[in-house]
Amino acid sequence: MSAHRDHKGRPIVAVTGIGLVTPLGVGVVDNWAALRAGRSGIRRISRFPLDHLRTTIAGTVELPNEDTGAMCSSQRVTRYATLAAEEALATAGMQRGDFPGPLMLGMPPVETEWPDRFRIAARIAPTPPLYPALTEACTGLESLYRVAAFASVGEKLAERFGTRGAPIALSTACATGASAIQLGVEAIRRGEAEAALAIGADGTVQPEALIRFSLLSALSTRNEDPAKAARPFEKTRDGFVMSEGAACLVLESLEHATARGAKVLGILRGCGEKSDSFHRTRSNPDGGAIIKAMRNAIADAGLEPGAIDYVNAHGTGTPENDKMETLGMRAVFGDACPPISSNKSMIGHTLSAAGAIEAVFSVLALRDQVLPPTINHEEPDPAITLDVVPNVARDAKVKNVLSNSFGFGGQNVCLVIGGAV
Amino acid sequence: MADNDIWITGVGLVSSAGEGRAAHLAALAAPRPAALDEGSFAPFTIHPGPALELDRQIPKKGDQRQMEPWQRLGTYTAGLAIDDAGARGLVGDMDLIVAAGGGERDIALDDAVLSALAPLPAPEAAVKLNEMLAGGLRPTLFLAQLSNLLAGNISIVQGVTGASRTFMGEEQAGADAVRIAAARLAEGNSPIALAGGAYSAPRWDMLMLYHAGSLLRRGPWAPVFSREDAPGAVTGTLSGFVVMETAAHARARGARGLARLNTVASAQARRNAEDTGHAAMGQAFARIAPRLGEGVLPIISGCTGATIPTVLEREVLGALTRPLAVRATGSRFGWGVEATFPANVALAALCLSQGVFPAPMEALEARYEDAPRDILVTGFAAWRGEAIAHLSAIPAGDQP
Repeated sequence: MSAHRDHKGRPIVAVTGIGLVTPLGVGVVDNWAALRAGRSGIRRISRFPLDHLRTTIAGTVELPNEDTGAMCSSQRVTRYATLAAEEALATAGMQRGDFPGPLMLGMPPVETEWPDRFRIAARIAPTPPLYPALTEACTGLESLYRVAAFASVGEKLAERFGTRGAPIALSTACATGASAIQLGVEAIRRGEAEAALAIGADGTVQPEALIRFSLLSALSTRNEDPAKAARPFEKTRDGFVMSEGAACLVLESLEHATARGAKVLGILRGCGEKSDSFHRTRSNPDGGAIIKAMRNAIADAGLEPGAIDYVNAHGTGTPENDKMETLGMRAVFGDACPPISSNKSMIGHTLSAAGAIEAVFSVLALRDQVLPPTINHEEPDPAITLDVVPNVARDAKVKNVLSNSFGFGGQNVCLVIGGAV
Repeated sequence: MADNDIWITGVGLVSSAGEGRAAHLAALAAPRPAALDEGSFAPFTIHPGPALELDRQIPKKGDQRQMEPWQRLGTYTAGLAIDDAGARGLVGDMDLIVAAGGGERDIALDDAVLSALAPLPAPEAAVKLNEMLAGGLRPTLFLAQLSNLLAGNISIVQGVTGASRTFMGEEQAGADAVRIAAARLAEGNSPIALAGGAYSAPRWDMLMLYHAGSLLRRGPWAPVFSREDAPGAVTGTLSGFVVMETAAHARARGARGLARLNTVASAQARRNAEDTGHAAMGQAFARIAPRLGEGVLPIISGCTGATIPTVLEREVLGALTRPLAVRATGSRFGWGVEATFPANVALAALCLSQGVFPAPMEALEARYEDAPRDILVTGFAAWRGEAIAHLSAIPAGDQP
């Protein structure tokens, strides 16, 4: 086994570049400072009217000189992903247009949205704007196709960054960002490529999406004080807060990174997944799938549970998720649960981006030997017997982090990230 | 034969021709598509889906109600593939890679909202939009729409609970679903995998999108290579799933293989002057070529009838400089978007296992009457994405 191979003889996968865009800001420096300070990025929504909505708060990304509210979801996804990737490539010391591997893009499903429907309807007024007439009015409107085709976001990013081969766009609901990283790790381990550009991005804070999540009773309705609404693991938690953003990780075989003299930020040691067959929005009450996903990731890394020093939680702040995650933690770690904290208490639930954003925060926790807090921890939930790093960041010795992502539809993915060797 | 050779051991197929192996072999041999609807979505023709006895694969009515047609179609077809492979007992650790599009919108609600609000000033319309959506959207519709919930439903209904990934990106996603599933098997990450996709054609929301992209043929049906008068795809309800496993795994459980899946390659060209799309597929073929037999090469084509990819495919295949027998299955089943590539892989496997190849579907397609030893499957997507797969017959002596 060489210094560049892992316990199974596979190429070791290093993280050499990271980039972040969240409601806390653009860039790793601002995001990490805000997260360590325990600052919330959740605000009153300003990009559309709030009448008739049960939830009026969200995490939204604001960009200087750009109106993100005027963009449709796929344009926001593309923009945030681009910013995150540019930062990640700069960190990695790589050129922008010639990336030595594939693009693995975690993103939400996209479609034609209401502002475009209204625009097309206006073109044909006073003809009633029913689908057949709208469709006819779309003749030659390629711009509409190019924001709503699933391949469109990856196509733009692949062109800009010069990634190789066909980009893969994927969705595993709230585990999407982690799945993108896993696909990149697998491609490098198989020897298909020396590197992979893994991105998780989301930009779905728009009225219809908010209402859809609201109708599932998934969202917090604690509207009066937005910064206090996301309360993972806390007794009065009442749902997650929708959010958006992007993260990018440059993944690279350790051999390739070393050969080109790149600075290694962390090691992607293990990936584990397990899907659940119980229910569309709930885990099996026995926690079997999330327990298996956590164990698979730890085993894939060649570690025992005792080697995990910190868990970056899925921690959505829904009553159900946090209870199940606690059960999973107890099953995997027994009485010796490591500290666990939820970034979502500050940035909200960035959906398709969450797994990637939280992986980047995990890398930063390893780099600086500090655990970001779970804020809004005012009243402990007696059913949650975990050290959730309440309210204040904490210095700690961290060698390995487990990052959890559990999705609607029962798709669970966990990552084990180790510090730079 | 190596133990980590990949075999296709089961196929699930549903289309306008019906369901299962026999219906699809018959449809490939038939002189015309099994069903066409030229009126309901005029000026666009579609290949409508068959009536399915959903209870046979989705026994709980509650599950059926939680899905829209495309999810039911895919969940049903996935079950057919699992049964066809005799793999019911193996679903717990079966990989699942689904190529998914977007789920059906509530067309009646969209029409009602737009009719009511389009005449209003924008600020007023925005407020009313919240009201109409909050009151009109069915809570379950979201889950019936989410792309990854086709995989979620396959897990719930069919019990498939290994790795679960959903790829998005029209035809390209279908090709990459098969490619990545095969790569995971070859590397030993998993012994058995299910890959595929589903598309339900009677949908104005998708017709609107694809028409905006100039991807659809207007007017009456014509075979794929005879659409110069109005180039474009004719959509069709289609679902294709394949069960793939390593040869060692299949033989150990006594499962016969339909075909060996030797290669799946994909690329995504910009299709402009600098990046025409010829190079990557030419290189992929160069890697496949040494394994091919002599003589006429049978090809199952995912050609859509849209001009640019049709010409691109013709040029790439022409550059192979050998006699070809091409069959565009779109001429029988229509364009099934995400489902097209996996369905064509399933059809190729079926042809190889039966030792048959379809008769020409139009004048341009050359005759081929032998039992095929190799079949190439092509996937030149209507907008972006190029893919090629190589399947070959499994010699009788290699079967368990």
